[in-house]
Amino acid sequence: MLAVKRIILDVLKPHQPNALEFCQAIAKSGADYRVKLTVIEVDEKTETLEIEVTGNSIEIELIQSAITDNGGSVHSIDEVEVINESDVN
Amino acid sequence: MNFISQVKFLLRITRSDDIIRRYFVVNGFDGALTMLGLIIGFILSATVDVSIIINACLGAAIALGVSGMSSAYVSEYAERKRTLGQLEDAMISNLHDSAHGEAARGVPLLIALVNGLAPFVISLLILTPLFLSNSGIVFPLSPLYISVAIALLLIFFLGVFLGKVSGVSWLRSGMQTLVVALLTSGLIYLFIGK
Repeated sequence: MLAVKRIILDVLKPHQPNALEFCQAIAKSGADYRVKLTVIEVDEKTETLEIEVTGNSIEIELIQSAITDNGGSVHSIDEVEVINESDVN
Repeated sequence: MNFISQVKFLLRITRSDDIIRRYFVVNGFDGALTMLGLIIGFILSATVDVSIIINACLGAAIALGVSGMSSAYVSEYAERKRTLGQLEDAMISNLHDSAHGEAARGVPLLIALVNGLAPFVISLLILTPLFLSNSGIVFPLSPLYISVAIALLLIFFLGVFLGKVSGVSWLRSGMQTLVVALLTSGLIYLFIGK
């Protein structure tokens, strides 16, 4: 089974909800998700973020849904780390 | 997220909590002053049946409520739609299904509700002695005077609320709104008093 362990996204979001609320909303989409959010650029109405999510088995659709629900949009997937767990076991 | 948390969240992302507070005070004040004016008008007029006074005041209260609700909804909906459009332009995406889209639809409703209910509920509180009197309860003095006292008290409390919000002396702020109410009463007396 292929499991996504880490993912880094380039995200654009409005100023509200703020970085903390946005980060919490993403973290809520998975029980063991650890989310690191870095604000890269601040414009008049938007912010560009780098969001790093780590977890045992990340579901990208749930993260994307949390981002769009809060008004953000994923521009690109910049880094991913995937493990084939059947090989490990 | 429960309903209250969701409402707070939507108000926060649209920064609308101060608007709601402003609408509550402004229209609540409108309601209280209108009732005060009507009741003083009745006090200075020939004696009429309490049920007639209730009907006239209740009519005004309902009109104030509906006017507050509809005017706030129309203006806030237009404002929110414009703001959402600007945000969508900046994001280059459709935000209809996001929290911002939900806020653009829900917040005007909430603001309209507050703007309409504030004068209506305050009016009902002021009219309470008249309702009680009409249902047979006897007061030591005319229920109209008790209504005036309640109106002045509520206007004072609206001032106190404003004082708490702005961080200035609640007593000073309460007294300021009370002076406005007393000036209004004086003007009414001047124009229609015997």
